[in-house]
Amino acid sequence: MSDGSMTLGAAIAPAGATRRTLPAHGSRRTYSAYALVTPAAALMLIMLLGPLAGVIALSFTDYQLGAPHFAWIGLANYQDLFADKVFWTALRNTLAYVVIVVPGTVIAGLAIALLIQSGTSLRSLYRTIYFLPVMATLIAMAVVWEFMLHPQFGLVNGMLRGAGLPAFSWLQDRSTALYALCAIGIWQAVGFNMVLFLAGLVSIPKQLYEAAEIDGASSGWARFRLVTWPMLGPVTTFVVVISGIRSFQVFDTVHVLTKGGPSKSTEVLIHTMYTEGFEFFRSGYAAAITVVFLVFVLLLTLIKSRLADRGVHYT
Amino acid sequence: MSYAHPIPFRAILRHVLLIAGAALMLAPFIWMISTASKPQTEIFSSELHLIPHQFALAENLREAFAKANLLRFLLNGVIVTISIFVLQVMVALPAAYALAKLRFHGRETLFALVLFGILIPPQATAIPVFLMLHKAGLLDSYAALVLPFTISVFGIFLMRQFFKTVPDDLVDAARMDGISEFGIVWRVMLPAAIPAVTAFGIFSVVAHWNDYFWPLIVLNSEQLRTPPLAVAHFRNNEAGTSYGPLMAAAMVIIAPLVIAFLFAQRRFIEGITLTGIK
Repeated sequence: MSDGSMTLGAAIAPAGATRRTLPAHGSRRTYSAYALVTPAAALMLIMLLGPLAGVIALSFTDYQLGAPHFAWIGLANYQDLFADKVFWTALRNTLAYVVIVVPGTVIAGLAIALLIQSGTSLRSLYRTIYFLPVMATLIAMAVVWEFMLHPQFGLVNGMLRGAGLPAFSWLQDRSTALYALCAIGIWQAVGFNMVLFLAGLVSIPKQLYEAAEIDGASSGWARFRLVTWPMLGPVTTFVVVISGIRSFQVFDTVHVLTKGGPSKSTEVLIHTMYTEGFEFFRSGYAAAITVVFLVFVLLLTLIKSRLADRGVHYT
Repeated sequence: MSYAHPIPFRAILRHVLLIAGAALMLAPFIWMISTASKPQTEIFSSELHLIPHQFALAENLREAFAKANLLRFLLNGVIVTISIFVLQVMVALPAAYALAKLRFHGRETLFALVLFGILIPPQATAIPVFLMLHKAGLLDSYAALVLPFTISVFGIFLMRQFFKTVPDDLVDAARMDGISEFGIVWRVMLPAAIPAVTAFGIFSVVAHWNDYFWPLIVLNSEQLRTPPLAVAHFRNNEAGTSYGPLMAAAMVIIAPLVIAFLFAQRRFIEGITLTGIK
């Protein structure tokens, strides 16, 4: 692409300086602009906006992959969905996952960032260690976690037994499986939030702490309450919403470790969508689940932009 | 907070807490390496020990490579992630340049669509894109793994923001030298944007190396498997019997990114937290 355009450039070179101001060149530049954005615009339409419209349209049909015909069935998919116990279980589990993982990763991420920032030694070593799980392929680490949680030979139960505590069949027991997945989710994402908080902490002006100290805020807690927490407001909102959106998408650990079981205790929205859409090929029904998922994610995004507008007052 | 009067007790407490947390973070990695180094008999013993009595890492690795074509899967990972990144740059950079530096009808609309596109989670478009690939007969191929990701609206947004900071004088000077708009993208803007492109590259490669959802949906053939799919299949076929080779395989799969991260952590953290903007 660049070779061809270079020869074109060379051809107009002698007149380049004067042409700059001519309207003719302006329109040539406009023409170039369209040529430059066309591939991106076309792909965006085919791979993103079209499919987004498609998934909404599909949710009003009874389309099944491989079926010769399909029909518009209005809201029937949604009626089926809302009458399906599995859907409500999946929604409840997804919300439970979000409600546990978001506070877990946000509070732990903030605490770690504050601890790292409160001293000067070994900062980058700690940051590297806590960030490591974000980097490591989640599927591979999920398999490792599964063995750590192994009822007989796993590290976790081994340590519990060593401490004289009762052991569990973490992933095989319906009362603990979802919590085990939450723990893996928190372990994996906490470093990500830590890094965002570290960036927020670094940008707080030092003078604010000095001013707070002069005003009598001598304890660490007082400085946190008066300076750090309000100044981190926008970052915190942001981290909460990002964590929420990511948690809503939980799928990898569920699919490889529990397949939604035992007895649907870890069934989550995207996993239900995957099963319906790509195992039973009920595309229309799976599209309806996708739309429900999309509504939740866009709702979180909306909250973010609302709060982001408010956050401006802090700075 | 760091200027507080240095009380040794506080400094010690800081390290105690951080080391305790770090131990939790590292536990799975340590357990993985420990298990991958143990012979079968030591793995299936209820007595906990981290350091194997008898080292069997080489045997476990050999078995992992024998049971699954790990080299092939790693190569697939490299082919797919690099293809995606190169195509993303080829599509996004020209568009980002036009959005940042050129005036044309529909520019604001296009940029609004880019911003809207960033909000769409990848799972939302999976069903229609899958059906399209099915219709086109492209399922179960490298194309199915790469094509849907050639457009990165996030990449366009990121590069557009960066190009906005490039002085207009630089662009005008290039025009006066007779370089075309296409030439400017690749010969002027790209060299100026190397830090941003690198950060985006790390973000893109890490995201797609670790992606499980999409390859799971579109792939069938064993020889096309990407690293995460390979581990998942290994686990489904072997779990319960050969944990040593399974942990060895997990080690091999995470090694490339983890090693790269340890060598260039600052860049990696910068690149991955770019998603923060998302």
